[in-house]
Amino acid sequence: MTEGTENLVDSAASADAASRRATVWEQLVRNPSVMFGAIVLGLMVLMALCAPLLDTMDPSSIDPAWRNKNPGVEHLKTFSDGTEREWTYRMGTDTLGRDTYSRVIYGARVSLAVGIVVAVLSLAIGLVIGLVSGYIRWLDTIVMRVMDGLMAIPGILLAIALVSLADAGLVTVILAITIPEIPRVVRLVRSIVLSIREEPYVEAAISVGTRVPLILIRHVLPNTIAPLIVQGTYICASAILVEAILSFLGVGIPPETPTWGNIMAEGRLLFRVYPHNIMFPGIFLAITVLAVNMLGDGLRDTLDPRMRKRL
Amino acid sequence: MTDQTSTPPILEIDNLTVDLPDGNDRRHAVDGVSISVGPREIVCLVGESGSGKSVTAFSVMGLLPKGQLTPSGGAIRLMGENVLEASDERLRELRGARMSMIFQEPMTALNPTMTCGDQIEEVLTTHTSLDQAAREAKILDILEQVQLPDPPRMAASYPHQLSGGQRQRIMIAMALVLEPVLLIADEPTTALDVTTQEQILKLIKDIQRTHETAVLFITHDFGVVAEIADRVAVMQWGKVVEEGPAEAVLKRPHEPYTKMLIGAVPSFTPHGRAREAKAPVVLATDALCKTYGGGGFFQKARAVNAAQDVSIEVRRGETLGIVGESGSGKSTVARCIARLIDPTSGHIYLHNDDIAQASQTRLRALRRRVQIIFQDPYRSLNPRRTVGASIVEGPMNYGMGAKEAYERARSLMSLVRLDPGALDRFPHQFSGGQRQRICIARALAMEPDLLIADEAVSALDVSVQAQVLELLDDIRRRLDLAMLFITHDLRVAAQVCDTVAVMHRGRVVEYGEAAEVFGNPQHDYTRALFAAAPGRGFDFGSAAALAAG
Repeated sequence: MTEGTENLVDSAASADAASRRATVWEQLVRNPSVMFGAIVLGLMVLMALCAPLLDTMDPSSIDPAWRNKNPGVEHLKTFSDGTEREWTYRMGTDTLGRDTYSRVIYGARVSLAVGIVVAVLSLAIGLVIGLVSGYIRWLDTIVMRVMDGLMAIPGILLAIALVSLADAGLVTVILAITIPEIPRVVRLVRSIVLSIREEPYVEAAISVGTRVPLILIRHVLPNTIAPLIVQGTYICASAILVEAILSFLGVGIPPETPTWGNIMAEGRLLFRVYPHNIMFPGIFLAITVLAVNMLGDGLRDTLDPRMRKRL
Repeated sequence: MTDQTSTPPILEIDNLTVDLPDGNDRRHAVDGVSISVGPREIVCLVGESGSGKSVTAFSVMGLLPKGQLTPSGGAIRLMGENVLEASDERLRELRGARMSMIFQEPMTALNPTMTCGDQIEEVLTTHTSLDQAAREAKILDILEQVQLPDPPRMAASYPHQLSGGQRQRIMIAMALVLEPVLLIADEPTTALDVTTQEQILKLIKDIQRTHETAVLFITHDFGVVAEIADRVAVMQWGKVVEEGPAEAVLKRPHEPYTKMLIGAVPSFTPHGRAREAKAPVVLATDALCKTYGGGGFFQKARAVNAAQDVSIEVRRGETLGIVGESGSGKSTVARCIARLIDPTSGHIYLHNDDIAQASQTRLRALRRRVQIIFQDPYRSLNPRRTVGASIVEGPMNYGMGAKEAYERARSLMSLVRLDPGALDRFPHQFSGGQRQRICIARALAMEPDLLIADEAVSALDVSVQAQVLELLDDIRRRLDLAMLFITHDLRVAAQVCDTVAVMHRGRVVEYGEAAEVFGNPQHDYTRALFAAAPGRGFDFGSAAALAAG
């Protein structure tokens, strides 16, 4: 070892790892699609959380006298608590005289909850199955054949079947959307595990006697995080869409809970005359899905530049 | 050698400077390099990794990555025409017709979706106006010239259907089909086995003679230089430090750097260290076999015998070398012994325990006694963990406290001659040689009885390789370790090993004392292997000693 090389290493500060983390953060902040996606999604979440504060009324309160009104109509309304005041229907009313604006705002709650919960659940379950089946050879064949089977069933069909078996409700819908997503996550994780397990540093860990669970957590798991975050955003976007489709088909969330999907379903009949009942939830749905997808694309480009060409 | 005074050079690189992007350890990738290649001349550009030899070659071809590396000064004249000032259009004409290049890895340089014949034909259609029949005749002719058997079949084959040597011949055919005046060869034999390498070197020499091509040959291997070069230019940090006729540079180097490089090339003569015959046997294998494949649930059975009837023995304080070409099964044997893969049959005795079929639980207790160092120093350390965490992982698996383990890691860092304070750094902050030392420290942290070095120095530059070899030898002596040294490099084997086992197609074909095997090889394959080693008539270690003395 020459003195020169020793010094060269010394000059590279040990704070290097921290600074690398900082640059990833900076790259994320500077990436326009990450910023657009994050801001829009953040606004949507904020809107869903603060729904009662955004000048809304009870989304399921019916007013038969004011059915199918166009956006912007004003009306002196008597509320359920007896108060009476001037009310502007910003997005009009539906066939039962419910305020579309309030329904769309409250509907964001279900859509976002479904998207986020489905993404988290399917990532968590898929990660565990993928890690284990990628690392333990004999289990792999069995698990992957089961996953192949699951993938062969069309997702929406499976969801309809599940919903028809159990009571329709948020939990059933989430489960119904999660199950078909799991095989995709398993395949992704498994493919990463299969390549990482061949890395010499994993073999080195085996030969110094590290136990399998520790090898998985310490040496394999960190490599799956970045692709999983990206995959998570895609799952989130598709879950929001699938929930809307299920509700639209009438097999999703029961009609008394407003979701973007069932608002559109109910507006379908009079779509030609009163398009606002489909247009407004549709716009919100499109913007949210676009934001999630852009966030995902941006994250993919910064976290894992090699994936850019693959997905 | 040609007389350069009478004929103008084919290629003249004049004071070439290529800038590196900002933020690198030096400003120029290539700094004021002047080299000329005359007609019918082979000039070797030698240097370690990062010396700028490939950048020089790529500048000639106009293939530097745009925006990252830019030639900022000097001139490259190909038959008097300055390539650096040529338009993209003109460069395209020159490439292929006047100058062409062959690369290190023929598999990636060839298009896997086209037949070899079609790829050569593409060159012809781009640059000539020959008709179909003439092109076909020319393709078969050039395949004949590069000594490929059955040219029509070769032309119809896809790259993956050919062997590495055959692919490199296809590359050479493609490079020469337009009869360029200059051939640039960028480490064309580095990825090949010695026997194949010998044939390819001979082919390049033959073809160069018949076609009177000038060759700029880039290599890191002084054996290859001794084999092929008329003149040599030695590069270090972007500069040519020494240039001259091959014979003179190799035998009477002037510059200290050249002397150091040539001195670092291991000598072919076995070290002749005395062995202690009575030392206890640490490892013995008995009829060890490993068969791959043989059918899974949904696959058809197709078995490959990677290792067959391997019986070897390593004593304490002794190094056994397993030598062979790629695919000979040497790594399979090493990985079976380390139980990274399960042997199909046979016995592996570690002291007196048979570990060949030991269960995972029993194996765990035995693991610490066998440790392995891998080839690729860039992949054998987890990039997300500090080197300290990597070194203490093993001892802590066996119940050692963190404080004590780090204490041991610090002392091991000094043992492998690294700064003990560097434990909290990450692998990317170290060079290849340093990482290999860290891997050695990680292995030693387990206090093994047997250390397996699986091509542990193959990825390193010669000067670094010499240091790591010396370190391994020092550690073996100090700790009285048994060592299993897997290598394809006969020179390295001669330097390190006490006994040598030569493997060929999964079998040990020759096994004995290093001096015996090297001095008087018995098996045909061993003889062929030795005969193919580049620069065999050239004793580097002692040549440099002469020059230095």
